Amino acid sequence: MTLTITKIAEDLAAGRCSSRELVDDALARIKTHAALNAFITLDEDAARRDAQAADRARRAGGAGILAGVPIAHKDIFCTAGVKTTCASRMLAEFVPPYDATVVRKMKAAGCVMVGKTNMDEFAMGSSNETSHFGPVRNPWDHKRVPGGSSGGSAAAVAARLVPAATGTDTGGSIRQPAALCGITGLKPSYGRVSRYGLIAFASSLDQAGPMAATAEDCAHLLAAMAGFDERDATSLDAPVPDYAAELGKDLKGLRIGVVAEHFAKGVEPKVAEVVREALREYERQGARLVDVSLPNSAHAVPCYYVLAPAEASSNLARYDGVRYGYRAPEYQDLEDMYKKTRSQGFGSEVKRRIMVGTYALSAGYYDAYYVKALKLRRLIADDFARAFEQCDILAGPVSPSTAFALGAKNTDPVSMYLNDIFTIPVNLAGLPALSLPAGFADGLPVGLQLIGRYLDEACLLNAAHRFQQATDWHARVPAGI
Amino acid sequence: MTYGLAALDAKDIEKVAHLARLGLSGPEREAYAQDLSRILDLVSHMNAVATDGVVPMTHPDAAGLRLRGDKVEQEIDRDQLMAVAPQARDGLYLVPRVIE
Repeated sequence: MTLTITKIAEDLAAGRCSSRELVDDALARIKTHAALNAFITLDEDAARRDAQAADRARRAGGAGILAGVPIAHKDIFCTAGVKTTCASRMLAEFVPPYDATVVRKMKAAGCVMVGKTNMDEFAMGSSNETSHFGPVRNPWDHKRVPGGSSGGSAAAVAARLVPAATGTDTGGSIRQPAALCGITGLKPSYGRVSRYGLIAFASSLDQAGPMAATAEDCAHLLAAMAGFDERDATSLDAPVPDYAAELGKDLKGLRIGVVAEHFAKGVEPKVAEVVREALREYERQGARLVDVSLPNSAHAVPCYYVLAPAEASSNLARYDGVRYGYRAPEYQDLEDMYKKTRSQGFGSEVKRRIMVGTYALSAGYYDAYYVKALKLRRLIADDFARAFEQCDILAGPVSPSTAFALGAKNTDPVSMYLNDIFTIPVNLAGLPALSLPAGFADGLPVGLQLIGRYLDEACLLNAAHRFQQATDWHARVPAGI
Repeated sequence: MTYGLAALDAKDIEKVAHLARLGLSGPEREAYAQDLSRILDLVSHMNAVATDGVVPMTHPDAAGLRLRGDKVEQEIDRDQLMAVAPQARDGLYLVPRVIE
């Protein structure tokens, strides 16, 4: 079964199904596949009500392509009146009084939210194993991780529980789970999609984006999500293209930069081979491969593991047990309340990163760690600028391996961090990048990463769409789905 | 390979944890000392790159930081905001006494 938004929109328009039926079906499927643990919260009554409202609106005329389509939001987006936990004990009972801008815009486009997806706690993780609500399982093999941090969204789309879900990507959290679960996921340019109401992890890196079966669906979703927002100080005031209208252009003469460092040692040979075969498909379509180098990208992981924790230590200082969230049941005084609240409310990876960040920002270490990392960030961004003088997009694997076994890496933070070696440089530079299904290695999905120039999401979506017109990797579903 | 940045011991962790207002048990401090030392070892590879004269990059250049006028843009009802507080009364957040 291939459940795409494009197909659903056709069916809805032709009256072959109703939104209410789609929502009922999604909720039933979520329950059938409860073992995936892809969801933290379901909002069944509201979803059914919103679906019926979408059906009525459609009969009245003027429904857009997303009207009545069931979706899920990563549990990092604030949803008014619906629990938003960030997969943390700290926010396990938190019900926000407002909607994130992404939530508001998608609602306005007619999307019907069925629930909130599981994730790594505060989006800190690459395997979805740091969630307070337990790990998500990969629909392709329940003994393996779905990737992270948007693991619940990726698993939900891969198992066709919903046709689309939102994710956020600070160092690869949309692209890596998309790759490991065999779906399409786009991290837009920094500033393209509002961060208002998105629970902050690392504010100079965080970006929200769509996850769906196809690039075409992502194009429709991005058009609904993107745009200037007065409430986000780093939101970009630039027009949003009609991404779907720009799909279909042929790729003759497109220059694809093949990043030498992304095929270096450490990449599983079978993963590299699947990606090389995908590049041959691009050549068949008339694209030209150009060898490029990102020499400083080898230092992106160290750089990121200073900057992201530094920003996190500041952002997560707000969880003090006073205004919202968890408060320890017993304490002596104010400082004791802070300490007990924070040590009981945060999981171990979150505490680890808060401490790394606190250390890097502390007196005597600030220049050696934080300022040094900011300088490296510039060099990494400059590498991309130079590479884009020779090509239009960059290509390589999303992740050095396919989905690994649950428990295989979660006791060794450093080996976990290295999963994001190809995705992190993109966040540091603020560029758009997309993961699309490129094939399989030993029965597990492999993702191809396409990286674009700043604000050139349209080029990425078109390149991915053309690939999906010629291949059917994106239409494959796990056994039992 | 390390580049001369210090490994951390349990005492260092205690100091960092205090700065971050995290209470840790003895065994946790030991475990975090090992973890953080390994992470800082990874991080120390940054020192292989010369960065003299490079302008630090705090966020993607094109984004910029926009200021807005100092006027109320949105109001969420005060009672609604305080309803999610662990302890509140008469429009005030309750915390342990800090002034005797």
